[in-house]
Amino acid sequence: MENKEMRNKHKILMEYKYEPKSLKHGYTDKMLYVNVGDNRIEEKDIPEEVKEKFIGGKGYGMRYLWDAVNPDTKWDSEENEIVMSAGPIAGITQYPGTGKTLVCSISPMTDIPIDSNVGGYVGPYLKFSGWDGLEIQGKAKEDVIIVIDGIEGKITIETAPEESVDGHLLGEQLTEMYAKDEHEKRQISVITAGTAAEHTRMGILNFSFYDIRRKVARLKQAGRGGLGTVLRNKKVKGVVVKSKPVKGDLNNPFDQSIINKTGIKLHKEIANHDHEQNNMHKIGTAALIDTMIEFDLLPVHNFQYGTHKDAVKMGNKVFINKYLTQGMVDGCWYGCSLACAKAVDDFELKTGPYKGHKVVIDGPEYENAAGLGANCGIFNPETILELNFYCDTYGIDTISYGTSTAFAMECFERGIINKEITGGLELKFGNEEASLELIHQMSKGEGFGKVVGQGIHRMKKIFAEEHGADPDFLFDIGTEQKGLEYAEYVCKESLAQQGGFGFTNKGPQHDEAWLIVMDMVNNQIPTFEDKAEALHYYPMFRTWFGLLGLCKLPWNDIVPEGNAKTDEPAKIPEHVQNYLDLYYGITGKTITPEDMVRQSEKVYNFQRVFNIRMGKGLRANDKSPYRMMGPVTKEEYESRQERYDSQLKEKVGVDPEGKSTEEKIKILREYRYDQYEQLTDAVYKRRGWSNNGVPTKEKLQDLGMDLPEVLEVIEKHL
Amino acid sequence: MRVKRLVKDESKCIGCGKCEEACSQAYFKENNPEKSRVRVTAMENWNKLTICTQCGACMEVCPTQALKRDKNGVVKLNKNDCVGCFMCVGFCPEDAMMQHDDEREPFKCVACGICTEACPTGALSIIEF
Repeated sequence: MENKEMRNKHKILMEYKYEPKSLKHGYTDKMLYVNVGDNRIEEKDIPEEVKEKFIGGKGYGMRYLWDAVNPDTKWDSEENEIVMSAGPIAGITQYPGTGKTLVCSISPMTDIPIDSNVGGYVGPYLKFSGWDGLEIQGKAKEDVIIVIDGIEGKITIETAPEESVDGHLLGEQLTEMYAKDEHEKRQISVITAGTAAEHTRMGILNFSFYDIRRKVARLKQAGRGGLGTVLRNKKVKGVVVKSKPVKGDLNNPFDQSIINKTGIKLHKEIANHDHEQNNMHKIGTAALIDTMIEFDLLPVHNFQYGTHKDAVKMGNKVFINKYLTQGMVDGCWYGCSLACAKAVDDFELKTGPYKGHKVVIDGPEYENAAGLGANCGIFNPETILELNFYCDTYGIDTISYGTSTAFAMECFERGIINKEITGGLELKFGNEEASLELIHQMSKGEGFGKVVGQGIHRMKKIFAEEHGADPDFLFDIGTEQKGLEYAEYVCKESLAQQGGFGFTNKGPQHDEAWLIVMDMVNNQIPTFEDKAEALHYYPMFRTWFGLLGLCKLPWNDIVPEGNAKTDEPAKIPEHVQNYLDLYYGITGKTITPEDMVRQSEKVYNFQRVFNIRMGKGLRANDKSPYRMMGPVTKEEYESRQERYDSQLKEKVGVDPEGKSTEEKIKILREYRYDQYEQLTDAVYKRRGWSNNGVPTKEKLQDLGMDLPEVLEVIEKHL
Repeated sequence: MRVKRLVKDESKCIGCGKCEEACSQAYFKENNPEKSRVRVTAMENWNKLTICTQCGACMEVCPTQALKRDKNGVVKLNKNDCVGCFMCVGFCPEDAMMQHDDEREPFKCVACGICTEACPTGALSIIEF
């Protein structure tokens, strides 16, 4: 059906006119509230106190989500919201990585708040249309779209019965439908989910940006925690934001000059050094693949191993030379000269409903290559790309998909599940066809795909209760925590990274702390106190990006000349100063690195208490599955016997001679559990939490976060 | 393709700054070397001239294709499409894409030749390749 015809089938359920408020110093101080259940559209003034304590981005997401839900709210409750906000720096065009939106909701995976950051133009376009954030609440009776027209000053809720659900089609359809001509397509950004988001818990949100060279709406993903599942549960098919043309001063910053200088300085740094550092402009985040292989950190066969003889088939050079189109301007927001949003053009699909179509594939990101590929024993780059494409368009989180499928494959190989249970799927490591079939089943809501789509947390329960599996063994090899699947890094040999995953608010995602190299490779944080300090500083520092609307990559995926000679090279002091300068440039307020951490701590502790309010967030919820801490099985131990034997001797003080592998596994396991417990004590202490992981009253008072509703939650636990 | 561009002979430059004056007057109606598209920098024993070679590196990094080559091979900026990201400034191999905080968009030499007429020594000239 033609787009025009599709649009004619829309019924306007609600129209709301408004005067788009201009930004001042990065803010409009307005929140847009849309209830698709009773078709209500309202604007809210954001109080000064909220702005001071929560800054923007994830801070706003958590604050407004808290107010919307109650301790009994589930992901599919009417009152659950999807809240998104970009933060005050987002939307500047001069500095790389300044277009991020943070999206929050009660997660179908974890049942606690999730936050996921995403590129694409939606967040900045919301700001330019007058809104610091958007709340979507309620459930529509039929499929709808929300259209925010920042040029006309008009918001509509419209039925959308005919549009596709899959992301790559819907992105195109809505972009074309709401742009008056080709040139105006760049002023449209669209949110979609996909068909599998309806049938699984791991649905994503795609945020589009129109690629004027490829003439296609590219998709970036708010991937973690099932946000797309929530969107489709609300029967929202998509959100369209139409902005006035982008200019370099739309944030109306306090001091444009310092922003210009800081941005140009980083552009030059990238122009001069990216090719000799990470090569992000050529390969994007997949640049990590070779490093992970080198250090035995690439997850292989459900995190059992850290490398594989076939891993080279999906190495950096393969993607650069054969698949990723070079020389394009691949920023997911204007001004990102790091240009990591790589794409494969004219890829002919071999399976599924779009078989034979030539498509643009965004990625693969490192996580996709590692999760969809190596962790499932798949090393064929074309299959990785095909899975990547279908994950995006069907609206599935590549990380949860990869890690969940790897878990199911291991269960199959160990006879915990069989072909009868999988509906005939030979779910062995390396079975490319089986993985592709699984993903198509998720889109249709059929077969074993529907089971895997529930994620590991629920698969463990099903396999134990319905198929008689040993729950303890499933706990060991099921790489999820708080209900969320682990991101794709083997962290057995890095205690700090075990904590980096284990003590996260939303579940084991690497955006809080990525300490493997610092800890394992460079041994820079040897003591518990050192690790605890790192597990305080980095999660707080990186939380700050999510408050301000920033991408983490331009902080440390490019480093200035002379960085190695600074006092703390891992912190990249010059880049920290850049962020302080940007903050000053936007808001006019001078802050220190300590202030950044403090701003983050406010929101981080609020989120921790939010977790507790929703039933998690205590010490018991920060435990790790042993697969992420050490060798669970004989095969794992024996594959790295020399390493583990010498650790027994040197670290544990036990002579491995004459002991069986099982005995050695047991001793190592006790040692490593003990180490993790000691680390937990040290980190909680450093963060100002009780021994049970609860932020103390004193800590909250010190942060100015002793809000009555927050104290009410913690009092029950102290 | 034909390329019309500015060429320099630094051995002839006396550092008088007439080129900068003429350029900034022509495009910004003020005498301000920081707003000139050609720059003179005094070195120890000579004068360095920063000029655009029309190489097009700026076009390649422009996210909006606001920089395009015209029929004479001159790279020109369409300010309507420019988002002011200054990636072109950072990536110019000649440091000849200019930026000034009074301006929202960057600016560059369009090989108009005004500076060559102002130059008393013939250090600057326009050539078609």
